[in-house]
Amino acid sequence: MSTSDPARGLRLLSRPERPFWNPYVAGVALGVVLFLAFFITGNGLGASGGINRAIVWLEDLIVPDHIDNTAYLVGIAGGETNPFDSWVVYVALGTILGGLASGWFHGRLKVETNKGPNISVHRRWLFAFIGGALMGYGARFARGCTSGQALSGGAVLSAGSWLFMFAVFGGGYALAYFVRRAWN
Amino acid sequence: MAPFDLLGNLGTFWTYAVYLLIGAAFGAVLESAGFAKSTKLAAQFYFKDLTVLKVMFTAIVTAMVLLYLSSGLGWMDFDDVWVNPTYWWPGIVGGLIMGVGFIIGGFCPGTSLVAAATLKVDGVFFVLGAITGILAFGETVGLFEGFWNSSFAGRLTLFDWLHTSAGIVVIAVVLMALGMFWGGEWLEERFGGIPRADAPRGRYVGAGILVVLAVAVFFIGQPTNDDRWDRIAGEMETVLADREVQIHPGELLDLIHDNAIKVVILDCRDEGDFNLFHIWDARRVDCHDAIDVSATLHNEPDNTVIVTVSNDEGRATRLWKVLVADSVRNVYILEGGINHWIAVFDPEAVPAAGGDDELRYAFSAALGSSWPAADPDPEEFELEYTEKVVIEVAQAPAGGGCG
Repeated sequence: MSTSDPARGLRLLSRPERPFWNPYVAGVALGVVLFLAFFITGNGLGASGGINRAIVWLEDLIVPDHIDNTAYLVGIAGGETNPFDSWVVYVALGTILGGLASGWFHGRLKVETNKGPNISVHRRWLFAFIGGALMGYGARFARGCTSGQALSGGAVLSAGSWLFMFAVFGGGYALAYFVRRAWN
Repeated sequence: MAPFDLLGNLGTFWTYAVYLLIGAAFGAVLESAGFAKSTKLAAQFYFKDLTVLKVMFTAIVTAMVLLYLSSGLGWMDFDDVWVNPTYWWPGIVGGLIMGVGFIIGGFCPGTSLVAAATLKVDGVFFVLGAITGILAFGETVGLFEGFWNSSFAGRLTLFDWLHTSAGIVVIAVVLMALGMFWGGEWLEERFGGIPRADAPRGRYVGAGILVVLAVAVFFIGQPTNDDRWDRIAGEMETVLADREVQIHPGELLDLIHDNAIKVVILDCRDEGDFNLFHIWDARRVDCHDAIDVSATLHNEPDNTVIVTVSNDEGRATRLWKVLVADSVRNVYILEGGINHWIAVFDPEAVPAAGGDDELRYAFSAALGSSWPAADPDPEEFELEYTEKVVIEVAQAPAGGGCG
């Protein structure tokens, strides 16, 4: 447990690895965080919006004219608008920091690739990239990701968010059989 | 009352510090639940480990019960809470794409951030992919902008959609979640070899508490418009008495001709009076439909000014109260109503005697807004008035979840 196992990856800042929380306990904790977010700020949680704004910021540095001429991007970084002037950027940044802190505290901070037994590491990376691209595209399409739409919209009982949530699970289960070799 | 106006009270720096803290708690909980591990997330789709389902729905029902309880008890104004606007078809298509991405990539955007932060290489590749996908969306949305903005239903909750009360839906969602947990544990035992007997007994206590709280939400109910008015009545009666929201016909005319402002004129007189004469582009509304009207106004853009109109001010003031109690922003009353409007823009017309809030001008035909005074030319009138309209941007977030 104490040092890194080359087969499993390199563990940094070695601490004893602890088990995950019971899912119901984690759920209640997540629910309380979500409730407090709404109660204090009126906003829920979000992740993909923060990534989006970071990208648009970068784009604005390189091709500002392009931003000003694309309807969807103008609202985020058109003219003098600062894409970082949005709460969701700080929630996303906090998510990274909180994940890092918790990973370190629980001894789970280690360089590794989680994958099914029948898929090579490189193929897993490729799949992760493709899946991420689809997720990113879909999240913007649906105006929110699992955090911003499903979790936040679900808790306030937004009709569209509930339908969205079933669509996500539907899409996942529909394809699960065909990619079973990647995970099992 | 919650939610709080953070920017107004704390300034930008501390406001974003609060969001950073909320994000940190979010990230820490995701990590603690095991959501940085793609194999654990993907196992959801093979019924071997339903942690995703359990964590997600426990979180949703916990937050939901607490939110509707706070709103019911009057601790929090639900109208200031962001409810993701509903776009039916774009939501379904986006959701399906995400589901496919989930099972191929093994994360969702939030969990991939946590995975990358804890040095999972697959998480890093997923984040890079997500960046590519988001970038691609920004560049291609122009091709299907029509579809992307289609089937818009605005701020629509499940209980509005089903025409029932919030309490009923809260109870139903809690029971549905408990049913799913029961089914999920059964599937885990069957496909994942995780015996149900090993799960802590404490979860039954938790389930019991949830049901009790959901039933409490039902019995407490959500505040009615009258309750909401009572909460602000003291302050608002002063505003009315000081005539801070009664705007001169001249100011209304200038607003109508201000291209930066969208004016919604709500005429709450009887249909007969409305047909005889109304201001051009006015919308006639029945006073007892005020709540439904209010729901549509919540979807108006921030630069909207709403002006209530009656013959004098009686009915217009009652409508104003309903809208203000329902947290509609920028609502004003036409000072002196239609009678005052006609006196200003048709000085030749001679008023007759009439009771309070009655139309005191006679019309030869029901021409509605075809009378010249219904759409006066602002250039023709040099009017002196005190400007009262101050555009107040909704405190509720302008762009939710992933804006």
